[in-house]
Amino acid sequence: MRHTLRQIFRSGKFVVGFSIFMMILLIVIVYPLVVTHPPLEIIGQGTFFPPGIYVSTYDAINAPTTYMLNLTDAAAKRVANKLKNEDRLAMKEWMVAAGVPESEIDIADTESLLTLWKRHYDPNKRMEGMTFARLRYYQRVNAAIEGLLSTEAAIIAAKNRETGALEEVSAVKQTDYVNISEVANVRVLALGTDNFGRDVLTELVRATGVSLQIGFVAGLIATLIGLTLGLLAGYIGGLVDDVIMFFTNLFTVIPGFVLLILISFSIGQDKRGAFTIATVIGLTSWVWTTRAVRAQVMSLRNRDHVNLSKLSGHSIPYIILTDILPYIASYVVMALILQISSGILAEAGLSILGLGPRTTEVPTLGLMMNWAMIYQAPILGKWWAYLPVLVTIALITFSMNLMNTGLDQVFNPALRD
Amino acid sequence: MAGEKRVCLSGMGVTKIFGFGRTRTVAVDHVDFKFHEGEVVSIVGESGSGKTTLAKILLGLINPTEGEIYFQGQKRDIRTHRKKQEYWKNIQAIFQDPFSSYNIFRKIDSVLMDCIHMRGGRWLPHAKKVEMMAEACRFVNLKFEELTNKYPFELSGGQMQRLMIARIFLLKPKILLADEPTSMIDACSRATILDYLMDLRNAIGMTLIFITHDIGLAYYVSDTVYIMERGRFVEYGSADEVILRPKQAYTRRLISDVPKIYEEWDLSTV
Ligand SMILES: Nc1ncnc2c1ncn2[C@@H]1O[C@H](COP(=O)(O)OP(=O)(O)O)[C@@H](O)[C@H]1O
Ligand SMILES: [Mg+2]
Repeated sequence: MRHTLRQIFRSGKFVVGFSIFMMILLIVIVYPLVVTHPPLEIIGQGTFFPPGIYVSTYDAINAPTTYMLNLTDAAAKRVANKLKNEDRLAMKEWMVAAGVPESEIDIADTESLLTLWKRHYDPNKRMEGMTFARLRYYQRVNAAIEGLLSTEAAIIAAKNRETGALEEVSAVKQTDYVNISEVANVRVLALGTDNFGRDVLTELVRATGVSLQIGFVAGLIATLIGLTLGLLAGYIGGLVDDVIMFFTNLFTVIPGFVLLILISFSIGQDKRGAFTIATVIGLTSWVWTTRAVRAQVMSLRNRDHVNLSKLSGHSIPYIILTDILPYIASYVVMALILQISSGILAEAGLSILGLGPRTTEVPTLGLMMNWAMIYQAPILGKWWAYLPVLVTIALITFSMNLMNTGLDQVFNPALRD
Repeated sequence: MAGEKRVCLSGMGVTKIFGFGRTRTVAVDHVDFKFHEGEVVSIVGESGSGKTTLAKILLGLINPTEGEIYFQGQKRDIRTHRKKQEYWKNIQAIFQDPFSSYNIFRKIDSVLMDCIHMRGGRWLPHAKKVEMMAEACRFVNLKFEELTNKYPFELSGGQMQRLMIARIFLLKPKILLADEPTSMIDACSRATILDYLMDLRNAIGMTLIFITHDIGLAYYVSDTVYIMERGRFVEYGSADEVILRPKQAYTRRLISDVPKIYEEWDLSTV
């Protein structure tokens, strides 16, 4: 036993797969202990906020201490943030059209560009062939660069309660900084928010946990059924084998996924909990485990150690449990791993079709994909809503298949190098 | 000589066919036989002639396609598991390949313990059981203290086959079927295995059905010899009769295939 384990952990493929899987498992377990926000809490008003660190503007202004930093490139960065390169090119285009000689315009020199622009720009002048949208664009650019080079402080004012007049409270200078750790409200949204305004990362971790559980339950059910039927059909043979193989063939002819869709559909939306779905997946995917186990058992049942066990007076259940099962145990573990990973995929497939678990309580990887598809995240380019989900599904399946290949190399001498 | 003794195992028209159509193989083809109590019977034939298949039929591990088997004068009835268990108290086997005869997940102790339990010794005190197992091991020159808590695959082929004999020592069956017990082990161990087997037969007075492809060996150990060719018994009789005055070409070929050393050693001693 210990020897086998050592051999397994010497297989590179298994170790890589196992490490990835354990990492995922560790994140699923540890993350909720550190980040305690409810995974399905709607925090964003609006959809698909991009990933980043969100700092409360109000709290930043009201931070207890302001620090003064004189950074030489601060002004340049501030300008660059509002005046992109394509805006500069557009400004040049406008001015050339307005008759300014091209040699006079230097788009790299912000100051001269702005002075030139101030002198020539007329918001109402419409060039020949210029669309109305383009006209509006220039008006917008003009508004944005208004006061861009000003070095004045921004004034914070509050309404006077009696008169309603604005009164200056404080001024924020351009050299004022706050330390982010002194800002009361900062929220890191590493993967932004989804279509409902929920934190994608927190949701993803929870969904991974739920999907793993679904896969595990489905895989366990499928493997238990498949193992039991395969052992009985393979060892006892005769009529028992015929009956079991009849049902197995029946389920082979109807593709498992179609059956899954039909059953999920007929259960109805409100009864479809995560574990109902897991059970249904398990109940529709035992077929190939049955076949594989049966084939293995049939090749084992005529071996001499089984004959010797019979001659020693052991009963059929005893022989199945001690002379057959241990010999196929490694195989069953491999089948279980594959069933778990295909269970996770089945849930994802089902949910993308809108037949997954009901949506109010827990997220699953499939449901997250489903939501992202419905709200057109791929078309809108909101990659953070679906790409991490796909990567997670791929990583789980990849790691499990890698573990399986590793196990196969250890247990199957023909594949050993 | 054979006529005076009681027949313990006999068969009429025993046939075993594997597969259908193109893959159909007649492994055992309408064989008749009468094995008497206490004798050593050899079944000799080249590889693939159906010896192992016949042995499994005799043991009740596979059912014959056709034909009847009689055990102690009565038609053998092993249709229920209980009757099979009862039958296996009387007939036991040693298989050809010791490396595949043991369950690699079970320790040696439990293999021997099974035999004690089968003989109704389940409720004996533990010390008594250990004493019985030690005695059985001593019989084949193994030390039980060195084997306990070990797995069969930690032994050599010869030791495993000796352990098999120790198992039979504990079971004391009426009939023992030894299917080429020495063919898979190294040459040095063969003679000792054979000696222990003969000692055991003398000690508990059982019928020994000895299966081999080596007619010299058969001559050396047996009273009666059956020659098997492609599933059929082509010749049988006392060892002297069959081997010194063979009637069939097949038998003569088997005899001429025996290495010279055997021929001189065995046939010249007569
Ligand atoms: N389970 C089986 N299925 C199909 N054919 C078999 C089976 N067992 C044995 N045979 C065939 O029966 C014939 C006799 O085999 P066997 O009894 O093992 O011969 P021997 O023991 O004399 O070498 C062989 O041709 C073999 O291929
Ligand atoms: Mg054989």
